[in-house]
Amino acid sequence: MAETNLQNDSIQNPRITWEGCSVLLDINDGDRLVFARLSAASSLKIGDKKCALSPLIGCPFGSLFQVETGSKGPYLSRIVAASEDDIQEKSDLQLKDETKDNRALVDNNSAQTLSGEDIDAMRRQGATGDEIVEALIANSSTFEKKTSFSQEKYRIKKQKKYAPRVLLRRPFSRSICEAYFKKYPARIGYLRVDTLSLLLSMANVSAYSDVLVVDMVETSIIGLSFIFPPKWLPASHAFEAIGWNLEVNYMASQFWFFTIENSIFYLHLGYGYVCNTYFGATQYPMDIVRIFNLNNKICGSILRSPVSDLCLASSNSSEHHGQQETFSLQSESDMGESISSGVSLIEPEGQVVQMETSFQSVEPSMPCQVPMSTDETVTSSVSRACKPAKPGEKATPEILNLWKSNGFSSLIIAAPELDTWSTVKDLLPLLSYSAPFAVYHQYLQPLATCMHNLQVSKMAINLQISEPWLREYQVLPSRTHPFMQMSAFGGYILSGIKICNNNEAQNQSK
Amino acid sequence: MLPADGKKAISFQHLIANGDLIIVYERHDNLKAIKVCDGSELQNRFGVFKHSDWIGKPFGSKVFSSKGGFVYLLAPTPELWTLVLSHRTQILYIADISFVVSFLEIVPGCVVLESGTGSGSLSTSLARAVAPTGHVYTFDFHEQRAASARDDFEKTGLSNLVTVGVRDIQGEGFPDEFSGAADSVFLDLPQPWLAIPSAGKMLKQDGVLCSFSPCIEQVQRSCETMRLNFTDIRTFEVLLRTYEVREGKTDFGGSENGSPISSLPCKRRQCSSEIDNNRGDNKYSTAVMARPSAEAKGHTGYLTFARLKCIQ
Repeated sequence: MAETNLQNDSIQNPRITWEGCSVLLDINDGDRLVFARLSAASSLKIGDKKCALSPLIGCPFGSLFQVETGSKGPYLSRIVAASEDDIQEKSDLQLKDETKDNRALVDNNSAQTLSGEDIDAMRRQGATGDEIVEALIANSSTFEKKTSFSQEKYRIKKQKKYAPRVLLRRPFSRSICEAYFKKYPARIGYLRVDTLSLLLSMANVSAYSDVLVVDMVETSIIGLSFIFPPKWLPASHAFEAIGWNLEVNYMASQFWFFTIENSIFYLHLGYGYVCNTYFGATQYPMDIVRIFNLNNKICGSILRSPVSDLCLASSNSSEHHGQQETFSLQSESDMGESISSGVSLIEPEGQVVQMETSFQSVEPSMPCQVPMSTDETVTSSVSRACKPAKPGEKATPEILNLWKSNGFSSLIIAAPELDTWSTVKDLLPLLSYSAPFAVYHQYLQPLATCMHNLQVSKMAINLQISEPWLREYQVLPSRTHPFMQMSAFGGYILSGIKICNNNEAQNQSK
Repeated sequence: MLPADGKKAISFQHLIANGDLIIVYERHDNLKAIKVCDGSELQNRFGVFKHSDWIGKPFGSKVFSSKGGFVYLLAPTPELWTLVLSHRTQILYIADISFVVSFLEIVPGCVVLESGTGSGSLSTSLARAVAPTGHVYTFDFHEQRAASARDDFEKTGLSNLVTVGVRDIQGEGFPDEFSGAADSVFLDLPQPWLAIPSAGKMLKQDGVLCSFSPCIEQVQRSCETMRLNFTDIRTFEVLLRTYEVREGKTDFGGSENGSPISSLPCKRRQCSSEIDNNRGDNKYSTAVMARPSAEAKGHTGYLTFARLKCIQ
């Protein structure tokens, strides 16, 4: 606990960075986004310049930096209020009405009289990036003929090249999702930020809720958005990664990412557990846990359990607990199978041995206390059982029973590799009655089939397939219009509410 | 509406009790919020439903009327509440709401300021996002509207998370006591630019502001004001397209050179039973098909987000 307190002390003001903190760096106004961990040794390559990140330590989030060249090479220099006013004045210039147009512009590449050699020479003499930009403007024969709007565009373009700016941001699930979507949409299964937001709303995610999450896209944005935001969890600690320092150096155009395979997260938001469950044979890596440098309290709340245990918890969980049962996906041919059977355990084809990982080897043989819903109890019971708390403890039969007897309060599925209908059919029985669920897919058909089957089998109501549509606007005086380029697709969501099948209800209430 | 420490909003163990707020679901476009009251009745086109029949049933139950008609009884969520609340003003819907919550980076523990309160549709979702330790302070200059909103938060059990104040935010700005204390500010006002300087004062450094306006002229003017103290100014429009799903029958017609495929959408129940009857008959095949709904909301409003410039 002492360690936890220390950690909390060090993050009393989460709006200022500290050594070891993780940040999102926005380079040149969104052109590039990089996750980095601030340390004395970490550095970042911008263009052909390698800059140390140490000047960013102790600065407020939102600070802006510019690459300057000093005697010891390039470095990041904080842009303070005064120089920001200059920027403001410059952009105010363009507010005036224009009569200029492009009739005099000839695109023959001869407008700029300053050569590459000239610029290099200026650099050697220690000219700042801003000075080079000014020199370029002064030597452009066409600059004065441009409209002030395109003058500004020209200036920004040159500034980005010769005086790149770095903006210090708090990494949030929203910005992480946006960053991935921009660069590597496939890695997050084409899940756009508005779709992610919608998923969380439709699943009624809130503190103390018990969310069952099947998140199998390569980079688990959804899992992340649960674990990440709560404030009591040191935001940046949460994102600390193994080998992050190394990554930052070679990350030039590459996002650092992590993989979660075949995992289901059970999440008691904020105070409870993350139960990482798995389909299939292979023990998935608990990479997410290693990525988040979580404190004891959080680590102790990350539990794992195979789907079979979750499904069987009610009947005789104590027997099944600890058995290395694996759960294989139902193929399409199983679709006709009776839905009413609350338990679906199918032996995998061929004998599959579950791999033991270092996480599992710390499985406590001593029973943990039956956890109450209060975080204090959970923390103490877990830390007693295993010091220091390791993530990925197997859920105890007591916890499994607790889940089973209460049911999950919502379900989120984003598993493009799984058959949607069989996954929903298997997991829906784990949900409380009246619990909302939301299924993400980048293709429409699996959701349509799933929706149809849910309707026919009368398992859910309020079913709807939605596709969010997002358009960003350029808002400028007399120049307001939608952006010329937009994302045309951010994924589909099937949402609904589980209803109470009367037979099932009677069994439950017994 | 929201689960609290040690108290679940829904669970297999949780049964409908006298005094509970429930959502009566007739159809996807016909829902109603009702407080269960032993001795009361609900009367609709499906017949008369006795509240006493509902008590002790699990949430999500299908209940029948004297005439044999039925409705479902659901536990309230902010999403369902948005569909049933009484519209005292134009309200925000789920696509805008969820986008606002995530773009304002609202997480448990946040302090959020909102104006105007309106019908409290967004406030309900804001409350869910800041729970259990944060708080939403929402202001409306309309005294009666504020009082109704307060009643609603009482009804939905959110009054410990939302405080409704009566104040003309455009004219007076937010109260000074919140200076530098807000993680996020949301404005839904006819002249948001009047309130933007005050919103800037309220925000913590690097805090996020959102302004919702139906008209682009409002956005234009807001953005001009925002440029003074804010950065990362971005304007979005977010809409939802919904899909209809039908099981269609495809007639192969027996001709080999592929006559144009005709699909005859029909009621799914009939089709599904036909699959069984026609098994082995390869003249027809059925397929589940989806198409966008013919009508949709074309516009709700523009959402402009901006981040307080970091100056010191």
